[in-house]
Amino acid sequence: MAIYGVALLSACMFAGVFLGDVLGGLLGVKANVGGVGFAMLFLILLTNRGIDKGWLDSKSQSGIAFWSAMYIPIVVAMSSIQDVVAALAGGPLAILSGVLGVVVAFVFIPVLTKMGSKTPAEGQSEK
Amino acid sequence: MDLAKMFVHMFVSNGFIGALIIVGLVTMLAYKIAGLTKGRIHGSAIAIFFGLVLAYIGGITTGGHKGFASLPMFAGMGFMGGGMMRDFAIVSTAFGADLREIKKCGVPGVLSIFIGIFTSFVIGAGLAYLWGYNDVVSMATIGAGVVTFVVGPVTGAALGASSDVIAISIAAGVVKSVLVMIMTPLVAKMIGLDNPQSAMMFGGLMGTTSGTAAGMAAVDPKLVPYAAMTATFYTGTGCLLCPSLFYLVLNMMVG
Repeated sequence: MAIYGVALLSACMFAGVFLGDVLGGLLGVKANVGGVGFAMLFLILLTNRGIDKGWLDSKSQSGIAFWSAMYIPIVVAMSSIQDVVAALAGGPLAILSGVLGVVVAFVFIPVLTKMGSKTPAEGQSEK
Repeated sequence: MDLAKMFVHMFVSNGFIGALIIVGLVTMLAYKIAGLTKGRIHGSAIAIFFGLVLAYIGGITTGGHKGFASLPMFAGMGFMGGGMMRDFAIVSTAFGADLREIKKCGVPGVLSIFIGIFTSFVIGAGLAYLWGYNDVVSMATIGAGVVTFVVGPVTGAALGASSDVIAISIAAGVVKSVLVMIMTPLVAKMIGLDNPQSAMMFGGLMGTTSGTAAGMAAVDPKLVPYAAMTATFYTGTGCLLCPSLFYLVLNMMVG
């Protein structure tokens, strides 16, 4: 049944978020550190195992797939509740720092991607 | 029998269901328009842009801070687009992600998070100083705001910043988030945002969970889990570093 997949998805989210809260507490931060990231790793591991071992049948998978399909619509809803008025009203300082922060970060992406794709053999031959 | 009142009441008491209708309509319109551009602009990018327009309309007409959800009739959007649903949907996109691709990212992925947080903080703190906010607490708070609009107020509260500085930090973070949403599909090809590794760098460098989620969705929904993975670690790490290490170093340099 679809709910089995959805329940698995939900349990993974709880496990990940809980771990993130614990990690945040251990680090003394009033925030969740990587909770959703851990949740995603749990989901990947468990769904791969479930499909291989056969206990996650196609009906269960369809439950997870439904929520995946709802992702963009939820993001659209999320965009519609942003405080856009505040963003624009923050004035030149808020706008300029936001813009510059984004531009500089974008520039780093190809730089880091290139760094990441260098194979160990290439790296050694340059020494 | 006031039909209009009954209609509004239905939306008010069934907010989430109403949100599903609105999002369905907005998305349908956006994808139709995207079709007219012959695929040059992704439907999701237009839909997200429409969402931001709705957010502006909601904020400007009510003076509220919840965008379109500031209008009582559309408060359901606040649930559908809120943290719980957002995180739930992001986690679900991992279904079908390849763990081998994630492992391939390694050190540069972790590095992207630190570079992203560091550059944002420096830019925010530096510009704050130039704007006349030359006390360390304000500089650190605004720097943290450029990290993300969550890290800003968390840092400001921790350091005891004044509320107008915290407001600026949130505004800077929201500007960044909105910009990432809009710009990502436009620059994606230029920066090679077409594989899991670059998506992870993207999430680690930009950091804003909402911005990267929306931005990546407009480029290639299959890459969303990779971007989201690093972005979620970014916010927590930012909340850790900004009020502590970064503030202390800034204090030593300027204070």
